[in-house]
Amino acid sequence: MIEWLSMALLLVGAFFFFAGTVGLLRFPDVYSRLHALAKADNLGLGCVLIGLALQAESIAAALKLLLIWPLVMAASAGISFAIARRAHALGIVPWRKAGP
Amino acid sequence: MNTLVLAVALFLLANLVVALIAAARGPTPADRMLMALLIGTTGTGILVLLANAMHLPALVDVALVLALLAAIGGIAFAKRAWQGKEDDHD
Repeated sequence: MIEWLSMALLLVGAFFFFAGTVGLLRFPDVYSRLHALAKADNLGLGCVLIGLALQAESIAAALKLLLIWPLVMAASAGISFAIARRAHALGIVPWRKAGP
Repeated sequence: MNTLVLAVALFLLANLVVALIAAARGPTPADRMLMALLIGTTGTGILVLLANAMHLPALVDVALVLALLAAIGGIAFAKRAWQGKEDDHD
């Protein structure tokens, strides 16, 4: 049961990494690319880490794996805020769909 | 189980190669930096997966260092490096 849950979480994490890469390649401006990057950071790495922590040998090893996640989430939030504020200060306007 | 972990690591490596090509091609400095941040996160994931598959617990420490360096790099880029006067911004 735990094996299957771990495998499913690993596959979900891989999917979110893939979605983040595709979004980073396809989205039109900096702000929406930050959104795609946050998906890969938070959900992709989070699912992979939970999936691996389920099959860790000891509680300490599992906790160490799970502690990477808050670090990456805090870093991702801080970086996204800093880059978006800098882009706004540089005068980059958010992308809008070309209207009729 | 081990096979699946290695397969996921290989898939993330393919993602990383695509991101590397896009980072070399990307027109603005912000694109390149976002790709570098994605490479940092994906590298963290690959290292954690390899630590599990190869039974090398030290690789988890390497993954932590990589995550920390990506964070510092991103903040340094936003605060200092991105002056944004040399080219167009999308």
